Amino acid sequence: MSNQFQERSAVIRIIFLVVAVIFIVRLAFMQVFDGEYRRQADRQALRPITQYPARGLIYDRNGELLVYNEAVYDLMVIPKMVKKLDTNLFCRVVGISRDDFEARMRKASKYSTYSASPFMKQISKEEYGAWQSHLYKFHGFYVLQRTLRVYDKPIAAHVLGYVGEVNDNEIKEDSYYKQGDYIGKSGLEQSYEGILRGIKGKRIMHVDVHNREIGPYMNGANDTVAVEGGNLYTTIDATLQEYAEGLMANKRGCVVAIEPSTGEVLTLVSAPCYDPNLLVGRVRGENYLKLLNDISKPLFNRALQAQYPPGSIFKVAQAMTALNLGVIAPGQGFPCDKSLVGCHNHPSARSVQEAIKMSCNPYFYYTYRRIIQQGKYKNIYKDSPYGLTVWDNYMHRFGFGQRLGIDLPNVKSGRIPDTAFYNRRYGEGRWAFSTIYSNSIGQGEVEVVPIQMANLACIVANRGYYITPHLVRYYGPDSTRNEEFYERHETGINPAYFEIAANGMYDVVHGAGGTAHRANIPDIDVCGKTGTAQNIGDDHSVFIAFAPKENPKIAVAVYVENARGGGGYWAAPIASLVIEKYIRGEVTRKDVERMYREAAPCQKLPLTRTVKKKKK
Amino acid sequence: MENKIDWVTLLLYFVILVFGWLNIYAACYDESHAAVFDFSTRHGKQLIWIGISLLLALVISLIDPHIFSSTAYLIYLIVIGLLVVVLFVGAVTKGGQSWIDFGPFKFQPAEFAKFATALALAKFMSSLDIDYRQLRTKLIAWTIVLVPAAIIILQHDTGSALVFASFLLPMYREGMSPQIIIFGFVAIVLFVLALLVNKFIIIGVLAAVALFYLFVWLNKRTRRHYVWVAAIFLGCSLFTMSVDFAFDKVLQPHQRDRIYVLLGKTDDNSNTGYNVNQSKIAIGSGGFLGKGFLNGTITKADFVPEQETDFIFCTVGEEWGFVGSTILILLYLGLLFRLVRLAERQYSKFSRFYGYSVASILFVHILINIGMVLGLLPVIGIPLPFFSYGGSSLMAFTILLFIFLRQDQERTKPI
Repeated sequence: MSNQFQERSAVIRIIFLVVAVIFIVRLAFMQVFDGEYRRQADRQALRPITQYPARGLIYDRNGELLVYNEAVYDLMVIPKMVKKLDTNLFCRVVGISRDDFEARMRKASKYSTYSASPFMKQISKEEYGAWQSHLYKFHGFYVLQRTLRVYDKPIAAHVLGYVGEVNDNEIKEDSYYKQGDYIGKSGLEQSYEGILRGIKGKRIMHVDVHNREIGPYMNGANDTVAVEGGNLYTTIDATLQEYAEGLMANKRGCVVAIEPSTGEVLTLVSAPCYDPNLLVGRVRGENYLKLLNDISKPLFNRALQAQYPPGSIFKVAQAMTALNLGVIAPGQGFPCDKSLVGCHNHPSARSVQEAIKMSCNPYFYYTYRRIIQQGKYKNIYKDSPYGLTVWDNYMHRFGFGQRLGIDLPNVKSGRIPDTAFYNRRYGEGRWAFSTIYSNSIGQGEVEVVPIQMANLACIVANRGYYITPHLVRYYGPDSTRNEEFYERHETGINPAYFEIAANGMYDVVHGAGGTAHRANIPDIDVCGKTGTAQNIGDDHSVFIAFAPKENPKIAVAVYVENARGGGGYWAAPIASLVIEKYIRGEVTRKDVERMYREAAPCQKLPLTRTVKKKKK
Repeated sequence: MENKIDWVTLLLYFVILVFGWLNIYAACYDESHAAVFDFSTRHGKQLIWIGISLLLALVISLIDPHIFSSTAYLIYLIVIGLLVVVLFVGAVTKGGQSWIDFGPFKFQPAEFAKFATALALAKFMSSLDIDYRQLRTKLIAWTIVLVPAAIIILQHDTGSALVFASFLLPMYREGMSPQIIIFGFVAIVLFVLALLVNKFIIIGVLAAVALFYLFVWLNKRTRRHYVWVAAIFLGCSLFTMSVDFAFDKVLQPHQRDRIYVLLGKTDDNSNTGYNVNQSKIAIGSGGFLGKGFLNGTITKADFVPEQETDFIFCTVGEEWGFVGSTILILLYLGLLFRLVRLAERQYSKFSRFYGYSVASILFVHILINIGMVLGLLPVIGIPLPFFSYGGSSLMAFTILLFIFLRQDQERTKPI
């Protein structure tokens, strides 16, 4: 009898034990082996909030602020939480129509009824201030702060570039970006994106069942603080930039000014210019399309991307090459034989210096022939390719035919034709000097980007070397420098020859029979070289210069498209005004300034494009 | 002979009580009401209930234990009276009408019906001339149990009524045939299977088992065997076929939903399944060591409804993790084992039966409550003993336990 009861007591205990074991096993599966519960818990109770850092500021060379940020506000809505809304009041306060309200609410609800989506984007500080006091009445709405770029002076749009929302490709390439983030799309904003953007911070908020924030999760132990973007200290001279843009009003073309000793770009203008404020905020999309479709292509950065025939400025590089190769001597004279290549009326040049001053086309025809046909081979079809290869190498030393390593995106290389190029075009052994002589005067197959033209002026100013043109001196909190912008690129040409070039260029402006008297500035020794580049439309007006002659402070290239006048007529005086403004800080020739500012020399563009792009 | 109060049980009681209060504090924690003695909060109020309960425990420890057996029927009748009164004047909470409102306090007689029934049943079962095999005895015993259970069902408090099934265990210990427990178990299994699997398959399997038992298992077969096996088979088959009817006509819609959710037949985490789903997320996200005291993200954010009361175990699971949850389960298991041991050392049948009743009542609460929050059982709202927030349940459990401890203290060998 007693045994049976002991047994029953044991059965009861076993029942208790079995249940406890079932519970513990179940707990082990839920808590230890299955991670899904944890993920689900985090998903519903934690809300990661990205902290957007302020984008870095951009300063000019004198510490003037070019670009800064302004707070704007996105009005966010969580449709599910919109309750008892006084729609009339809301529409009146926010300034939208009833229909607009319905449409926006529909869009937001379509995205998600439980999570926030933007109801209205980029509301200005003023607008927000006006209805901020009403916001508490509108349940389910809240405001998210963002920043927009602001430009006090509407200048240097092509240098600064613009920012825009990331696209899918950019997100794919760099996981840092999330939908709706901003990224530099062009200019310095693009090339220094990594510096300017800073580092996003992340806060994790603990939210309750009603989606209200209770407080920071783990008291913020896992939060990261946003790191502000690094500032850029550029080489741009805002005053000069603004002045040069003013001079290029009503024209197409560009101005590039560089400090020769450092390679620092003082001014980089591509005309027509546009106000960078146009590509900011809500108006961006509309303005962007307008600019994109403008036939004068204001978004196109001519200074870096336009590949022009250089015209006569190219002769300077030819003279230096020939002298260094020893194919001519400084005192070499050539007759101005217009039967070979057209020229204007001037006495025959008796030296390299005079040839540069008078820009004699036949002189450089002869010079180029001596470079190309060095007599290495009897067969001119072999001799010319050899000479061209030598020449090609020299041109590259001048920075032509290659991308200059400037710190801006999308720089073009221009074109220095090589043997492969001509073999492709004419067939091997089917071309010689007579086919390619136009290169001697900067026509033919040669194409040069304006930044390379300014760089040529720098090389003469430095008497034989250049430093890669650049736009940023240093950046970030540690004032980081780009080491490659301190490296001298030598042409390997005897500096004495450059002295001859400098003298010739001095005579261009100051000497009798020089081609650029309009570039003459009282008390400043300007050295320049004109160019008049032929093309399908009216001639382009080209001028490169540096000043003063000794210890030059500035080198300039000016290119005016279809200007119906030579380099001496349009580009030279514009360059001289830029030089005077920079060196003297003040322009004394007010009448010249006014005249060129107001002039609109450029040939009108056809309303429709006549040249069709080839289909790829 | 005077013994000391059983300190092991006392210690377990205190540890569970304190652990429970900590979790109530965590579950309703709010930085603006962090003070321990803020009596506007639930953790503050629970302190009052704990105080009153300890006072009750002290009073019980001081009175003559014989009074419980002599007044058992009286207490039982008073509680039955209260239960009836509730039916007419009770306040309605969460669909159940089981509270008597005393201004600031609400009082739930159903909680007290458990120990009162235990006392009455113990008293009856320990009558001198009792014979368990008599039908009369069985009828009276079941009447004692089922009358309060029936009234509680009328109050729509099915969960509390279900607790009265716990008297099966002490009755089994005292010699009742285990058949009813086995039948109950088989019925539940068949019920669940019938909802999940095609009924003809079940009947087929049942038939196979019956044939196997008769012709393979048994060496000798008598006619008695044939009759019994046939009867059981028929009974089971009929039961299986009638599950749908019972399910649709007898159960309330919300009960049907809860069972469907448990069986995974509906995947509705926003309505009926919401509680359990959130409860599982809270517990499951606790991990091995838990998120730490006051660091629960789910319980702290009110995702789990009823988290101070019926779902209090979520807080344990989330903040104390697998380790804390296991410790709590082991504490309860220790308490139950201790109570069984104490019951076995009683000399009087009354106190032994009562002791088993205490263990069984606590067991059924723990089983249903933790089974529910772990998603193993359907949602049935009953408190976790000594742990959930609530004055009535804590006081009733304390009285239930200490009456037994008092009897254990006064146990005497019959002369």
